[in-house]
Amino acid sequence: MSVNVISKRENSPGYTPVGEPVGIQWLLTGIALLFVGVFLILPLVAIFGQAFAKGTAFYMAAISQPDTLAAIRLTLLTAFIAVPLNMVFGLAAAWAVARFDFRGKNFLITLIDIPFAISPVVSGLMYVLLFGRQSWLGPWLASVDLKIIFAVPGIVLATVLVTFPFIARELIPLMQAQGSEEEEAALVLGANGRQTFWRVTLPNIKWGLLYGVILCNARAMGEFGAVSVVSGHIRGLTNTIPLQVEILYNEYNFTAAFAVASLLALLALVTLAVKSAVEWKSVHLKQETGEIKNGNCNSECK
Amino acid sequence: MILKKQYSILPGFGLTLGYAVFYISLVLLAPLAVVFLKAATLSWEQLWNIITAPRVLASFRLSIGASLAGALINAVFGLLIAWVLVRYSFPGKKIIDSLVDLPFAMPTAVAGIALTSIYAEKGWIGSLFQPLGLKIAFTPLGVIIALAFIGLPFVVRTVQPVLQDFEKEIEEAAASLGANRWQTFRRVVLPALTPSWLTGFALAFARSLGEYGSVVFIAGNMPLRTEIVPLIIITKLEQFDYAGATAVAAVMLVISFTLLFVINLGQWWSRKRYFVVKGAERNVS
Amino acid sequence: MSKKIIFGVLLVVLSVVVILPLVSAEQAITLLNVSYDPTRELYQEFNAAFIKYWKGKTGQAVTIQQSHGGAAKQARAVIDGLEADVVTLALAYDIDEIATYKLLPADWQKRLANNSSPYTSTIVFLVRKGNPKKIKDWNDLVKPGISVITPNPKTSGGARWNYLAAWGYALKHNGNSQAKAKEFVTKLFKNVPVLDSGARGSTVTFVERGLGDVLLAWENEAFLAINELGKDKFEIVIPSLSILAEPPVTIVDKVVEKRGTRKIAEAYLQYLYTAEGQEIAAKHYYRPRLKAVAAKYAKQFPKVNLITIDEVFGGWQKAQQTHFSDGGTFDQIYQPQ
Repeated sequence: MSVNVISKRENSPGYTPVGEPVGIQWLLTGIALLFVGVFLILPLVAIFGQAFAKGTAFYMAAISQPDTLAAIRLTLLTAFIAVPLNMVFGLAAAWAVARFDFRGKNFLITLIDIPFAISPVVSGLMYVLLFGRQSWLGPWLASVDLKIIFAVPGIVLATVLVTFPFIARELIPLMQAQGSEEEEAALVLGANGRQTFWRVTLPNIKWGLLYGVILCNARAMGEFGAVSVVSGHIRGLTNTIPLQVEILYNEYNFTAAFAVASLLALLALVTLAVKSAVEWKSVHLKQETGEIKNGNCNSECK
Repeated sequence: MILKKQYSILPGFGLTLGYAVFYISLVLLAPLAVVFLKAATLSWEQLWNIITAPRVLASFRLSIGASLAGALINAVFGLLIAWVLVRYSFPGKKIIDSLVDLPFAMPTAVAGIALTSIYAEKGWIGSLFQPLGLKIAFTPLGVIIALAFIGLPFVVRTVQPVLQDFEKEIEEAAASLGANRWQTFRRVVLPALTPSWLTGFALAFARSLGEYGSVVFIAGNMPLRTEIVPLIIITKLEQFDYAGATAVAAVMLVISFTLLFVINLGQWWSRKRYFVVKGAERNVS
Repeated sequence: MSKKIIFGVLLVVLSVVVILPLVSAEQAITLLNVSYDPTRELYQEFNAAFIKYWKGKTGQAVTIQQSHGGAAKQARAVIDGLEADVVTLALAYDIDEIATYKLLPADWQKRLANNSSPYTSTIVFLVRKGNPKKIKDWNDLVKPGISVITPNPKTSGGARWNYLAAWGYALKHNGNSQAKAKEFVTKLFKNVPVLDSGARGSTVTFVERGLGDVLLAWENEAFLAINELGKDKFEIVIPSLSILAEPPVTIVDKVVEKRGTRKIAEAYLQYLYTAEGQEIAAKHYYRPRLKAVAAKYAKQFPKVNLITIDEVFGGWQKAQQTHFSDGGTFDQIYQPQ
């Protein structure tokens, strides 16, 4: 594979070259590729290699088992509820944190980070302590026959907890770096709050938001530790895809386990491909209308 | 704690902050409080005895040390990858870009299994190091590898958008004023990236601290040597020792909360400094 | 505009696809059996047989749901509210723990025949083909240079049986000296390079990763590993002495009363003791209790000299306290020097 390194805008008049020497560019690219190869591609190859070890027919059979299909459905449902909730939260939190100064702001940011730091196992444990049969709420929940843990609501709650920082954390640094001049200008020019948000803020942060949603979604679908604690592992009922992988693995059904695992890897790759396509398209649209600013021109507009 | 805003013409402060605080309280603080309440059923002496048991102490040392090492690896290589992805172009770049999110998408248990099979004595990479007498899987080194794997996207994904939005004119200005490439990078680019870089580092570190699924497979779980803190918690739970488990969990929460808070403060400070510098630059030009 | 419409339609279709199956979940009688790891294959076949039997007897259709995991983890889930009609776990101690939370009576073990254990198992050695390290008995495991694979007794029921079997062997050969036994077991665990958290994890370490010279395993796990993963790669070694493992089963009274499933749950467990149930257990390498079935499968199960937990350790409660609770003998093995 030849590395074709392009320094952009070399031919524009009055341009002072700011790129690194080509040799350095090659070296850095090489190191980055090597690291990605060893750390990311190799495990991926291992998974797909194992998944197709017994051929395509076996692969298809493995992922169309009723229990596996039920797991896929539950995982989709969970992400379908958890991600929008976290998106609204992320936008609200980022707006408050990035646009205003208030006492306790650092404390709030730290709170948002906590789910990253809590062991997923502890996240699950927290909900068991809160909603379990031995908890304060336990007797009441039993009397109204409301099942939270070891049922779908518990799985959704655990997923929400584990994934809620992703979108907020993606947006905060971005909005801080952008500053609020544009929004202030819009307001001064007579736009109301909602218009400012939809017309100015959202277009500015949409890629960051999309990144956040994608990460949040991927993590929601892949969460293992926390969900494992609150799931109860009832086959075909409260198993998500990652739990189904563990079950198959524990049944010495390695090929099927990796086949189901490859679904999650594949899903991530597909979402990211879609994201790239959308990004590419929007850049080209901008180019046609001549709106593109030099400073924002990335590799997409070569 | 009093939340008090400074004057701004932007709307929505009360609404957004209120909602954020409400949501956090519901999803995070309420369950968190239960952990501390449960841990509080122990006396100080009991708590002290639980967390100073040799195995628990050893697991804290391993978890913190390995997380730091993993996060440092990520800080260096994550920045490098983000840089290469934003600034250079080469075939297959889009694919590499997408792959960075893999550690998020892959269930941690699957990642653990895959990594173990690669780094075990008979695995693809493990067998390369075997002749050198270097064992990776089932040693602290294996723990570091697993943690570096799961933390990688944090640094790349926090640095990348900021680098993308970074105005190249500033670099060009520095270059035309006579700064060489390294000076420009160190004095102009790096300060701008520092807040997000630190965030990425902090997140990778914090996430590694609590990671369970991918580590248990590759760690080997030997008491005093390769036992991580989450495993200690699980072990205590399996012995129906709820109080002990929540005690260790509570200590872990306090440690990570403190670390995160310190890092966020540092980040806030560096950002302030950066924006002052940036503002001064603007005034000059 | 049309894009918005397409997007909206997609969203609605997706929601229907995702939510509908959950709403229309069947309302027939269901029974939840919460079990431990190695019984997956056994109960898969047994459930199918019971469903057929129950349909023939009463005309009622029943769905049986299965949940598997580490025995202690499963017991904890039941305590915390997992609505198991029946539990089929690795150790009596785990069910005792459920009893302390008043979900079932303390004397549950007397409710069914044979200590409520319809089948038994024991601990054997799995070695590589040809037994290159010549491992014959427990005292071979403490020799220098032998690498032993066992799960962590703190987290795995099977590992506790392993630990106690080794301890029992040492007691017998050292004139019942507890100190000598501890020394023996300490030496044994010095030879353990990896402690997986569960029995299945250890099997994978030994079989797939190629680590270790000998795996201490449930007899049924050893057979399963040979059948599933390579008949020509491993063989089973029966030590001169092992322990009688009695995995118990029982009904969770609180749950069956609430759900009105006592009758069918009782029938389900009773069916384990019938010739059909015993036959299925034997097929999955659990030693059957029923003489006729045992005779039929005598060739499959070699004779083993067995000690019991009650004789040697005074029951599970005591064994757990002495050996596996915090500060017990297992923790003492891993004291820092």
